[in-house]
Amino acid sequence: METFWYAAVTVMLAVYVVLDGFDFGVGIVYPFVARTETERRTALVSIGPVWNGNEVWLIASGGLLFFAFPKAYAAGFSGFYLALIIVLWLLIFRGLALELRSHLDHPLWRQFWDLTFAGASLSLAIVFGAALGNLIRGVPLNAEGYFFVALWTDFAPGPKPGILDWYTVLVGLTSVAILALHGANYLAMKTVGELYARATAFARLSGWITVGLTVLTVLAIPVVQPGLARNYTAHPIGYLLPVTGVLALAATLVLRRQQRDAGAFVTLSLFILAMLGSTAWGCYPNILIATSDPMNSLTIFNATAGAPGVVRHRLQLDARVHDRRLPRLLGKSPARSGIVPSRVDESLPRLAPPRRAMRHGKT
Amino acid sequence: MASALLYDRLQFATTATFHYLFPQLTMGLALLLLYLRSRALWTGDEHYQQVARFWTKIFALSFAFGVVTGIPLEFQFGTNWAKFSNFAGGVIGQTLAMEGMFAFFLESSFLGLLLFGERRFGPRVQWFAALMLFLGSWLSGYFILATNAWMQHPVAYTVADDGRLFVNSLSGLLTNPWLFWQYAHNMTAAVVTASFAMAALGALYLLSDQHVAHAKTCLRTGVVAGTIACALMIFPTGHGNAKQVFEYQPVKGAAFEGLFRTERGAGLILVGQPNMETMTVDNPLVVPRALSILVYEQLWAKVKGLDAFPRKDWPDNLPLLYYAYHIMAGLGTILVAVMALALLLLRRGRLFTTKPVLWLLMLCAPFPYIATTAGWMTTELGRQPWLVYGLLRTSEGASPLVHSGNALFTLLGFLGLYLLLGLLFLFLIAEMIRHGPLPVNHRPADHATTSSVY
Ligand code: HDD
Ligand code: HEM
Ligand code: HEM
Repeated sequence: METFWYAAVTVMLAVYVVLDGFDFGVGIVYPFVARTETERRTALVSIGPVWNGNEVWLIASGGLLFFAFPKAYAAGFSGFYLALIIVLWLLIFRGLALELRSHLDHPLWRQFWDLTFAGASLSLAIVFGAALGNLIRGVPLNAEGYFFVALWTDFAPGPKPGILDWYTVLVGLTSVAILALHGANYLAMKTVGELYARATAFARLSGWITVGLTVLTVLAIPVVQPGLARNYTAHPIGYLLPVTGVLALAATLVLRRQQRDAGAFVTLSLFILAMLGSTAWGCYPNILIATSDPMNSLTIFNATAGAPGVVRHRLQLDARVHDRRLPRLLGKSPARSGIVPSRVDESLPRLAPPRRAMRHGKT
Repeated sequence: MASALLYDRLQFATTATFHYLFPQLTMGLALLLLYLRSRALWTGDEHYQQVARFWTKIFALSFAFGVVTGIPLEFQFGTNWAKFSNFAGGVIGQTLAMEGMFAFFLESSFLGLLLFGERRFGPRVQWFAALMLFLGSWLSGYFILATNAWMQHPVAYTVADDGRLFVNSLSGLLTNPWLFWQYAHNMTAAVVTASFAMAALGALYLLSDQHVAHAKTCLRTGVVAGTIACALMIFPTGHGNAKQVFEYQPVKGAAFEGLFRTERGAGLILVGQPNMETMTVDNPLVVPRALSILVYEQLWAKVKGLDAFPRKDWPDNLPLLYYAYHIMAGLGTILVAVMALALLLLRRGRLFTTKPVLWLLMLCAPFPYIATTAGWMTTELGRQPWLVYGLLRTSEGASPLVHSGNALFTLLGFLGLYLLLGLLFLFLIAEMIRHGPLPVNHRPADHATTSSVY
């Protein structure tokens, strides 16, 4: 059951990246490819009706994570506190830029929102990439299952990492390149004329940058997180995912050459899905990897909503009953009892997931 | 650590209050828009389409602000209230996930249809989209309130071995007894806000002699819907809410009524200032026995005062709680009077020429917002010191490792950002009002509608 939720969260997030990714990408390439007011408007109208729907996937994935793995949600969101709040501010600015740009017919008004839109899209792409980098590298979880990382420390992915270090910044830049390509592909599908020509030129350029940066990022993984290879050695079938990714990226480059816009868009989407899938395959069953003590890692088993050994009875709906139970509930440290080792081979058989705990129907 | 908690609370209060300024208008308007579209469909009168089109634009603006300010709320459960999320995520994660999943999907896809599909689809599809918009927004309100109702009155949960909670009955969670009155009262309040907004804009246009036909429809719709909704605010929904507070959260009730001592035949304090030194209310204006009658329907019923409860269970900001409640109830009385007067004149056919009442309607537009905010302050401040009533104290719910410097930084950031957003919203609304609705026979081409939004 836990594995199912892990897969569900991964899939929802990956779909989010593919969907919102192209409108982020449009934001990144926007100042470069859309020069006249008509072109800008065309670019915006192409994502206008869909961007909000795409963003719903983020909210829904957040909701699903909260619901399936509350502990990971709590630890992750409070641990990346500053980065997340800044993400929120950027999302607010970006949403406003899209919605408000045409409310007022004044060139300065539009320029301001154009700049906001492009800047926020770019920064968000970097931060989201860096977030993925953090998941791969791991975070300094304590025995209670919480952590807090600063925005940056010394830019080295050591035992006291910051959100930004050389590795996560590398992942951030890679994500900018991929999303720029994605956005340019999307624009190419939706436009004609000069805007089309510039979008395809931009796509070809970012295609090569994507290849270069992706190779660097993958090469760096053994340096920052050697453990990621373990699942692949144990279950080589997982190699299908990265192989699909490589093939899809190659196909994108070829299709891009042949000006087959829809094909390029689809194969790049596949590439994104495959790469995120590969990461999830490597991290499983960890959600948050501890850089401090591997025992502190949050896995899908110790982060779920009904933890092992559930007390199965329904409490009375009476406040007095709550009060009596209270000391017992709060006296315990909720975190410690749920900790299990993060190594798959040991924990899987021993921690057969408590199925009944996860049932949502009636008891 | 204490100050980090304070900033966490201030930040949640600020962001939640600010967020809710927008959905209350959109949820109320969703109902009024459905009415206008139905009217247009049945009478075939283009005039109603035109009024609906204009208000759909206002809806969309408010919706956009609702969306961007709503996302921080969902994230803040994790960022600022990590221990609470860990403790209760197995329950409230359900309703929040459900809200995200289908209510918002419904809403955001059909709003696009309403805004962009005017030409391509006929009035029937428009009506259907308005219906779905209404269902979507009222459903998302339902799930959010189910979340809040659970924090007020936890039900349908099981305690795991490690002390964390998870839901054992989804239907139990969604039929929380607390939810019934809360939902009814809160959604009616949204209709009050929207009705006042509509009536106020009608009054403004009429007073300045612009868009007269449009103005009259707005006034008629706003005043009729407003009178009904305002009356429902007091009885039965406000009354029902208050009774339920006295039943399940008697400390909260005693605190917002300013009842320091347990009394038989307790009076209802209309005005007065709670004095925390002497534990009395200064300068009171009291209706004798009224509280006993309202809560227990008996002249001499005993109502428990604050002295019946240990001090550590008292809400921690008592005077503010007391004022918030009295502002809500006071405004409730004033608003129903204003609407009743307007309805009387409307029936007599004199509303459109009675300038003082039009002025009154125009100036009353902010009051439902104030009443609603005060109502939420009552609910949330009164829940203190509990985060989940009877189960988790607020001081035990905050993120353990987010220190006060971080929390203050983000609190200040939100304050600045929201100040900017508020100004922007007012400015854009003013622009829309200045432009006014499009003329009746002007049926916008598709690209024209599009470009007015993007
Ligand atoms: C237009 C706005 C408005 C108006 C005129 C009123 N209310 Fe209200 N009230 C709300 C808007 C509101 C609200 C913002 O919608 C609340 C907050 C939570 C909720 O469900 O509704 C609320 C909550 C709320 C609560 C707290 C429930 C709790 O603690 O959970 C009580 C006891 C009342 N109301 C009672 C009244 C009474 C007796 C009123 C009439 C005199 C009244 N309200 C008018
Ligand atoms: C379902 C909806 C809501 C949920 C789940 C919710 C939850 C919370 C939480 C977690 C806190 C912080 C902890 C605390 O101080 O108690 C809080 C505080 C607060 N919320 Fe809500 N809230 C909701 C709706 C609202 C709305 C709509 C408003 C206002 C319009 C509001 C106003 C406040 C206020 C004023 C506080 C501060 C209380 C204090 O300072 O102690 N809440 N709420
Ligand atoms: C404090 C708890 C709250 C949270 C976590 C929250 C969360 C959100 C989120 C994430 C959105 C944006 C969704 C999108 O992209 O479409 C949103 C918008 C919305 N919220 Fe809230 N919200 C809260 C309080 C409330 C309350 C109390 C209500 C009403 C009962 C409400 C009603 C709505 C509605 C109807 C929308 C849709 C946008 C709109 O109509 O303006 N929210 N909320």
